[in-house]
Amino acid sequence: MQLSTTSTLVKLDNAGVNRSGRWLVRGITMQVDPGEIVTLIGPNGAGKTTAAKLALGVLNLDEGSAHQRKNLRVGYVPQKLAIDWTLPLRVTRFLRLTHKYSDKEIRSALDATGSLHLIQAEMRNLSGGAFQRVLLSRAIIKSPELLVLDEPVQGVDHTGEAALYELIERIGDSLNCGILLISHDLHFVMSATNRVICLNGHVCCSGTPKDVSNSSEFKSLYGQQISASLALYNHIHDHSHALDGTIESREKNSERRI
Amino acid sequence: MFDDFLIRALLGGIGVAIVAGPLGCFVVWRRLAYFGDTLSHSALLGVAIAILLEVNITLAVFVICAVVSLALLLFRQIAPLSSDALLGLLAHSALAIGLIALSFMTWVRVDLMGFLFGDILAVHQSDLLIIWIGGAGVLIILCMIWQQLFAATVSEEIAKAEGLKPERSELIFMILMALVIAIAMKIVGVLLITAMLIIPAAAARRFAKSPEQMALSAVLIGITAVCFGLYGSLTWDTPTGPSIVAALLLLFIVSVCKLRQT
Repeated sequence: MQLSTTSTLVKLDNAGVNRSGRWLVRGITMQVDPGEIVTLIGPNGAGKTTAAKLALGVLNLDEGSAHQRKNLRVGYVPQKLAIDWTLPLRVTRFLRLTHKYSDKEIRSALDATGSLHLIQAEMRNLSGGAFQRVLLSRAIIKSPELLVLDEPVQGVDHTGEAALYELIERIGDSLNCGILLISHDLHFVMSATNRVICLNGHVCCSGTPKDVSNSSEFKSLYGQQISASLALYNHIHDHSHALDGTIESREKNSERRI
Repeated sequence: MFDDFLIRALLGGIGVAIVAGPLGCFVVWRRLAYFGDTLSHSALLGVAIAILLEVNITLAVFVICAVVSLALLLFRQIAPLSSDALLGLLAHSALAIGLIALSFMTWVRVDLMGFLFGDILAVHQSDLLIIWIGGAGVLIILCMIWQQLFAATVSEEIAKAEGLKPERSELIFMILMALVIAIAMKIVGVLLITAMLIIPAAAARRFAKSPEQMALSAVLIGITAVCFGLYGSLTWDTPTGPSIVAALLLLFIVSVCKLRQT
């Protein structure tokens, strides 16, 4: 099913998935528009990945409907990807996985995530953080209109995490693509995303980060303390870190407000 | 004149090695070794049906293998069929039923050993034609779906999310497997076909830096093993199919030693 009349990239309407009599998710209604970051949060097993797969059309739904804009260019970073030892797969070949790209395009996509030096590395030998960056490079190489990132910072250390989130924000701005993000980092979610959807088998609450963090459903799911600490989260950096951890000074201080 | 049957055997063996190399890589990458075994064991049922209905054996084997592979594909979608036990059950029951069916046909003399272990020295010109034309067809189709099939092998989810159609290329791949088993049966027999598919690919892994390189190396390793196997079989008067597989094993061991050095 395709959307052709509106500019909405992807839309789920009352979508549900049933596996042997149990609803994994049900009543999911959400949409992603160009240029916005929509984040899915929720406890483990809440159906975040399932909801993202429904939006991608990877999973068939048993109820409701899913619409994608016609000929939508999608970049996808899945939650899990295991490269078997029998597969001789280097980074450059991995970036060409679904379509053919020139060396220049591959270099610039790797450069964007600070992993140009990995270009000849074997996928199996990459560390957790490097692997995630290469996955992200692959997803952005064709300048997608919709970027779906399922826990893109897993296995990345703390400084790398912040840098990677900053990168995701930048990519969203520069490509003007819609981003559907699954994240556990509530600070990033609340400070940098346009819309938050809190899942727990169904949509608990959704709206702007401010609305969600003030809602009673969110407080009961994450506890009073966390929502209070999020309300205080508003600090100023006088420096930033590059992807490899070195300190860069900045002309303008970045300020994150809720 | 230099032995005609030997040249035909060589051409037949090389033809099978060229097709089995790239296809075998996918068998290894997708962990389908046991699946291939199940398919090839059911080939004997195809032989029995061909004799009963008096149709071309290669054709009947292809049809039976295709039906079995599609049935397995369907099973896989209904229930997760990773279970070795179920595949083993299917493989050996198909073999057993094939043997029983053949034993009923007392009016024909069947060279059972030939079907089980191959009879490369009895390859006719018509067999060569089937191997080379069928093999060329398989390779052309495999090249056409290569990108899609490889993407689906690395991650079915990424392939599907980014607009490829993994189900279609997987379906085509299963049909190609059935075709290769049908044309390779004459060379190595139903019991050893899986070896022709997976050993060259496994040995090639050590030398390859990309999937395409691995497919090419698997072809070269397969051809080398066919030459060695034939030579050894003539020199020491050993059965040819098993000799080719033994040569493959030798090459695999060499490749493992190469890994130790680097």
